Amino acid sequence: MQAFDYVAPKSLSEAVSLLEQKGERARILSGGTDLIVQVRENRRDLDLIVDGKKIAELMELSFDSQSGLTLGACVPCVRFYEDARISQLYPGLNDAALLIGGTQIQNRASFGGNLCNSSPAADSIPALIAHSAVCLIAGSGGTHTVAVEDFCTGPGRNVLGPKELLVSFHIPPPPKHFGAHYLRFIPRNEMDIAVVGCGASLEMESDLRTVKKARVSLGAVAPTPLLVAEAAAELEGRELDGGAIEKAAAAARAAARPITDMRGTEEYRVHLAGVLTRRALEKSLERAKEE
Amino acid sequence: MNPTQTMDPAKTEVEQKYKVIGTRPIRHDGVDKVTGRAVYGADVQLPGMLHGKVLRSPHAHARVKSVNTEKAEALYGVKAVMTAADFPDAGSRTANLGELGEVPLKPMCDNVMASDKVVYHGHAVAAVAATSPHIAEEALKLIEVEYEVLPPVMDVLKAMEEDSPLLHDDLYTDELGEKSSKPSNVASHSRHVLGDINQGFAAADHILEREYRCATVHQGYIEPHAATAMWNPDGYLTMWVTTQGAFTVRTSVHQILEIPVSKLKVIPTEIGGGFGGKIPVYGEPVAAVLSRKARRPVKVVMDRTEVFQATGPTSGSYVKLKMGVTNEGRITAAETMLAYEAGGYPGSVVSLGGICMFAPYNVENLTIDMYDVVVNKPKTAAYRAPGAPNSEFAAECMIDEFCEILDMDPMEFRLKNGAKEGDIQCHGIPHPRIGCLETTEAARDCEHYQTPLEGPNRGRGVASGYWVNAGLTSSVTARLNGDGTVTLQEGSTDIGGTRTSIAMQLAEVLGIPVEDVVPSVADTDSVGYTEVTGGSRVTFATGWAAYNAGQSIRSQLIEQAAAIWKVDKDQVSLADGVIATTNGDSKSISIKELAADLSQKGIDIGSRETVTPQNHGGAYATHIVDVEVDPDTGKVTILRYTAVQDAGRAIHPSYVEGQMQGGVVQGIGWALNEEYYYNEDGHLMNSSFLDYRMPTSLDLPMIETIIVEVPNPGHPYGVRGVGEVPIVPPQAAVSNAIARAVGTRLGDLPMSPQRVVKALSAKS
Repeated sequence: MQAFDYVAPKSLSEAVSLLEQKGERARILSGGTDLIVQVRENRRDLDLIVDGKKIAELMELSFDSQSGLTLGACVPCVRFYEDARISQLYPGLNDAALLIGGTQIQNRASFGGNLCNSSPAADSIPALIAHSAVCLIAGSGGTHTVAVEDFCTGPGRNVLGPKELLVSFHIPPPPKHFGAHYLRFIPRNEMDIAVVGCGASLEMESDLRTVKKARVSLGAVAPTPLLVAEAAAELEGRELDGGAIEKAAAAARAAARPITDMRGTEEYRVHLAGVLTRRALEKSLERAKEE
Repeated sequence: MNPTQTMDPAKTEVEQKYKVIGTRPIRHDGVDKVTGRAVYGADVQLPGMLHGKVLRSPHAHARVKSVNTEKAEALYGVKAVMTAADFPDAGSRTANLGELGEVPLKPMCDNVMASDKVVYHGHAVAAVAATSPHIAEEALKLIEVEYEVLPPVMDVLKAMEEDSPLLHDDLYTDELGEKSSKPSNVASHSRHVLGDINQGFAAADHILEREYRCATVHQGYIEPHAATAMWNPDGYLTMWVTTQGAFTVRTSVHQILEIPVSKLKVIPTEIGGGFGGKIPVYGEPVAAVLSRKARRPVKVVMDRTEVFQATGPTSGSYVKLKMGVTNEGRITAAETMLAYEAGGYPGSVVSLGGICMFAPYNVENLTIDMYDVVVNKPKTAAYRAPGAPNSEFAAECMIDEFCEILDMDPMEFRLKNGAKEGDIQCHGIPHPRIGCLETTEAARDCEHYQTPLEGPNRGRGVASGYWVNAGLTSSVTARLNGDGTVTLQEGSTDIGGTRTSIAMQLAEVLGIPVEDVVPSVADTDSVGYTEVTGGSRVTFATGWAAYNAGQSIRSQLIEQAAAIWKVDKDQVSLADGVIATTNGDSKSISIKELAADLSQKGIDIGSRETVTPQNHGGAYATHIVDVEVDPDTGKVTILRYTAVQDAGRAIHPSYVEGQMQGGVVQGIGWALNEEYYYNEDGHLMNSSFLDYRMPTSLDLPMIETIIVEVPNPGHPYGVRGVGEVPIVPPQAAVSNAIARAVGTRLGDLPMSPQRVVKALSAKS
């Protein structure tokens, strides 16, 4: 590990100007649960670490019944799941927040950091996609938005320019009869990275049987987390029975294009994509009915 | 709730007989450990100390054409750089590794630092000492190594093929005692034969033939290797090492560096687990050479990746097994071929795998062929019952398959075929008094086994296990203090609470509380020669040395009291910490009073003892596991687990239970998820605890234990080694449970979720 500078700016503009000076030699620090490990293990060489946790916009967690949720990029998981109202409104995100690492990691790790690290197996990304989250990105030219499913471009890569940073997520308020779920498969019960992860959300018609809108997303089955529109297409406007769920699971299997590595074979991951899609949808439906 | 039941028919007798043995005192080193004050390998700090880092091969198999260290040496803060050229030429000298026997020195030196060839990913090629670990790391990047990359050989059967690339041009097979004519990756082929295998199979009603494989797995000790060396300009070398054997480190460093043992002192630190993996030396000679060159103390601490890449995994293995049984469930014959991966240099534990494989059974017709094979993986080290899990997994799985075919209760099968005193083992030596049948009976009768398991996708598995244990040389030094306490220096590094279990044996002899014994682990200058903490031998052998020390102190006290009272020493006895006459004149003095008196007179009471006991006896275990299989994901959940084991005599039952539970946990990890995952280039891809999946506390129920006590006649208190055998049964027990749960038998370890799913889909 080489020596680096550390700065904790108090404003977004200050952070942007630091990034402008250092470009790719600088990196935003959120919880640091990935970044610090990468620097220590010589997997990332940096001149400057810019701590985002003193910037108000990056630490905002608020809900408005009209505009929905604002989730600052550096808000740790613990703040999310300890907020009783918000965590109940966004159950898929809550599932992910509770799955990432152990308690100590959850005290530091953030959705924003998880997204910017852009691991194909990140737990929070399929959950964010299931909840239709949109990213607010700031740079020298101002701000713009990108849907979470369009954010990652490859393992460890994303749309952020060298002088840009993720400010916050914006998620619409949950509609009526809405349920969502994120789950992953790991061989152990904790301390593992998803072999496959799956997020799903369902907006049901008032009969609680017909699907109005659906979203299915998969992690660790492609270079980036996937939004599986084909799975949603099998569900929307139809009655959610075993046959429909099986069709959605088949669509998820068809969309999965994983690699074989130490966490699982290609064949097994495709199989799991189907299993988890079924389970995610069943749980989402259960939650939609509970509401 | 304490999940332990003690099955001891002679319990009341033992309670009357012993005051200290069988109790559960708090360990002497407990406070230091729970307050973080205990000094482990990486905690050592010395004035002016430098930090050493090791450059490792990015290739699995390559010739080292050149190593250029000039730029690293020029970096500010770098004080020394070394390569294998800094070691004396090993020539054809040999090294004695105690439990692991006599081995040639050259491979040992080359394993510490490659000279001409790297034979595994992560093999050390150079090292740097610098004023900070960060500078040392940066310096490593400046070392230029030119490699000629060779094709890696990653699988034992492929390595045995005629046209396989060779790891070592000068390795010839020891083929049943004869040297082969051309070089090979097969270092040796040996064989055990009993009876007549053809007659045995002719007498069988059912014959099965199967193949079984075990992945390479690591011991997974929590503390990485750490060594600190201070090589004084006067030629004396002092080392602080986390090791299972300070004397073994001394011998190894002495041999590699050709420094006299008299100039070499090894101070063992506390050790955070070893399981066999902290017997070989890795960073120790490196730290020493760096210290000599830099003229300052040097500490070399591995990170977890280095531990996985370059230190002792156990052998991956292939086992082919054919067995025959009668309709009545009697084993008539067993024929097996064991091929174990040794890693980059010869010396796997295949012979121990052969000896243990059928030891829980009386098998009269037997052929065991054993192959020791080099592959491009780290040189294997001992791992808890080294070699036994690989082979016994095969035998115990097949026996369960027979039980299913015969519709016979697995405990009944084991009792019918179980080994007992006098039965001939595969190497021709009869069993001494063993507790194989008693252990199985206790397992059969326990509440867990007697309670039916219900529910879909659930199954109960049973497996037994045997481990040979070891005796070997152990020493202690004991001294009576003026206050009546005894200072006890032990040569064995304490991994499993042995400070206390050894001290308890001395306390028992003198009839004093164990709190009045002050045990410590001594350095190599301060106690007699002691072999490694391994082979489940410390409570047995070092305990015996302490027993002898207690007897000696007892005799000396009796003699001193007799002299004071002017009576014959035969008329004086010592019991419960009090010395008294037995001739009716009612004189008595407590050890404390006598110690004070003798101390004032300047009379030293003490003892130094060295023992090499031979009759260590073997250890037996039978385990019961209930599992539930998720048929969608293939994930196996352990619902309940009971380990039953013969401890001979449980000196400190909590430590015996701890060993049993620890062994089971490692065995379950081996069974379900642990494996070295190499890519096609032979690169180890999962060298972290994240991706090398050992079970966590969240993956396991409380492991229930039942201690059986069939005293070992070869020990004054009946002790048998307990530490290793509990890792042997879990792999097969879990496989057998999966078979009973979902009807598919898995013979390849680990039985990871993806393997279970694959087996289930193959079945349907």
